Amino acid sequence: MAMTMHVNIVSAENEIYSGTVTEVYAPAEAGEVGIMPRHTQMLSTLKPGVVRIVTQEGEEHSFYVSGGILEVQPHIVTVLSDTALRAADIDESAALEAKTRAEAAMKDKASDMDYAKAKSELIEAVAQIEALKKLRKKR
Amino acid sequence: MAGAKEIRSKIKSVQNTQKITKAMEMVAASKMRKAQERMQAARPYAEKMRDVLSHLAQAHCEYKHPYLQDREEVKRVGYIVVSTDRGLCGGLNTNMFKAAVNDMSEWHDKGVEIDVCTIGKKASTFFSRFSGNIIAKADSLGDQPSQEALIGTVKVMLDAYDNGDIDRLFLVSNEFVNTMTQTPSLMQLIPASGEVDTELDHHWDYIYEPDTKPIIDALMMRFIESQVYQGVVENIACEMSARMIAMKSATDNASDLIKELQTVYNKARQAAITQEISEIVSGAAAV
Repeated sequence: MAMTMHVNIVSAENEIYSGTVTEVYAPAEAGEVGIMPRHTQMLSTLKPGVVRIVTQEGEEHSFYVSGGILEVQPHIVTVLSDTALRAADIDESAALEAKTRAEAAMKDKASDMDYAKAKSELIEAVAQIEALKKLRKKR
Repeated sequence: MAGAKEIRSKIKSVQNTQKITKAMEMVAASKMRKAQERMQAARPYAEKMRDVLSHLAQAHCEYKHPYLQDREEVKRVGYIVVSTDRGLCGGLNTNMFKAAVNDMSEWHDKGVEIDVCTIGKKASTFFSRFSGNIIAKADSLGDQPSQEALIGTVKVMLDAYDNGDIDRLFLVSNEFVNTMTQTPSLMQLIPASGEVDTELDHHWDYIYEPDTKPIIDALMMRFIESQVYQGVVENIACEMSARMIAMKSATDNASDLIKELQTVYNKARQAAITQEISEIVSGAAAV
């Protein structure tokens, strides 16, 4: 019996492939890598490109990934694919945007959070919901 | 029959309300199915991410990432609070805020300051009303949130951690148990802790390509993002099912109300008829 390993290709928004294979080829940062079962542990970032796998039956499948991370354990290969295109400056501007949104919401509110008030109002709201539930059961 | 007319218009308005709640119930039900599918689809990534992280935590690597180390002194903690954009979903947000505020006030009592990052309109309204220190915010993500929309918000919190502004980071969101039950959940994101896999208990380390630090940095950032994303997707599934249940009970209540009003209306009508007859009879007797 040929040696096999398990491969999982997942992205944040869905599962792309999961199954038993004999070979995996992935576009690692330093160039394409080919992985056979019992490969030593490896962790690498991926470039946008094609991940190819060869199944037990000898069929070949290819999947496009737009970057991500490759983890290799002797019998498990995990490809964590990115869904979003990323670059340091894009991330930075997204962070800035989130901050400005928050600042706009926080205008003229510099004092400390009023926990007692928040708590009491929440307790009241929860009590109201509970009371409604009880009322509903009664009827 | 002035009373009867008033009752009739009242019945009409309750019926109109019932139509709306019924429609909202059905919309929520159909959205719920899609939201649940999306939640299921996002799960493998978050799980695999956790697996890789727990492997990494056991690797004997010379570089220990700051997100994996516990800071002893805690001066300020950060919370990422995931809420819905819209209301009318029962006690979903309220219960979650309660869990968050309870935890926050514990830190507060210890003299620890708090920064909040809100996702969803309800959270930002709530925390700005109580003068919470909101440092990042995202809302109107819609029913199909993309991970891109969250990168910025999460990065603000991670930067705050890197700069030493916050020493812990928590994620507060709703956990989807089933359609009827959603429970608030509070998870510690940083410092992250993975489960221990006993098979990997010997001395080993990864081959890192291209270099140790950038790849672990990239991995940790994606780990945090994936957990937040999972929280957001799960919260949407919670929102839809909570709204469906809330609207269903509203529709039921409306039918009860209509039934009662109908009885009152019938009685009023009966009384008016009786009165009319007795007036005619006594009028005829007088002639």
